[in-house]
Amino acid sequence: MEPLESKQTYQEYVDKKSPNSPILKNCFNAFWVGGLICTIGQVILNICKERGFDTQLSGTIVSIILIGLSAFLTGLNVFNKIGKFAGAGSLIPITGFANSIVSPAMEYKSEGYVMGVGGKMFTVAGPVLVFGISASIIVGIIYLIFHTQSVTLV
Amino acid sequence: MDINWANVFDWMILLKSFITGGIICIIGQILIDKTKLTPARILVIFVTTGAILGGLGIYQFLVDFAGAGATVPLTGFGFNLAKGAIEGVEQYGLIGAFTGGVKAAAGGIAAAVFFGYIASLISKPKMKKQ
Repeated sequence: MEPLESKQTYQEYVDKKSPNSPILKNCFNAFWVGGLICTIGQVILNICKERGFDTQLSGTIVSIILIGLSAFLTGLNVFNKIGKFAGAGSLIPITGFANSIVSPAMEYKSEGYVMGVGGKMFTVAGPVLVFGISASIIVGIIYLIFHTQSVTLV
Repeated sequence: MDINWANVFDWMILLKSFITGGIICIIGQILIDKTKLTPARILVIFVTTGAILGGLGIYQFLVDFAGAGATVPLTGFGFNLAKGAIEGVEQYGLIGAFTGGVKAAAGGIAAAVFFGYIASLISKPKMKKQ
């Protein structure tokens, strides 16, 4: 092989040799794993509705079950394997939220049960809660402003 | 307890939820592959987007159409927060904007904290194989 002279030829060489990012395959895997997780959620939701729970409560039950499952699967090192295969397919559903809590907590277990596990749990989940809750408060306040005639302040 | 299993496995509802959930995950996968966003940022983007779309009343259509396909992804978590805040405002005024969102998502947040902590405690930290 001849030496590569300039940065550009090197870049071309790298582009030629490295496998083109398998985005199509990734998307396909994300699609069916994510879809499957949502379908499992839908089955649980349907069972809850059949048993006579209202929509709000059924949704909460689905979240709790999926979060619990993925938390323990993460603890058993199963979820990370699914995540490696499915990418966003397991990250975007609420399972990814639970995974993002357990993964760093496991990693920093050696730092203790309070600041290690208890603190590092929120390295990813913390920002999610901060932005999610802040956005919801802003939405609520904007809604209040546009509906002041029907709502009494305080 | 009588459960009508034909209703539970209504394939049309399940298919809608499968496809919608899958498409939302594809959007996430494209963000991962095509941008340099970290997973944490992508989660934040999804939750915030869900809250905004929920506030605008758009996400409700998706939930009505796809059920769990729209509520299980993190956009649904944001939607749930926003919806709760709006319901809180309708009920209690300004204070409802602060209490409603978290109240609606309380089950999920509490479960995540509790199960997350328990699962971390029982897990065995594994040395990374090289």
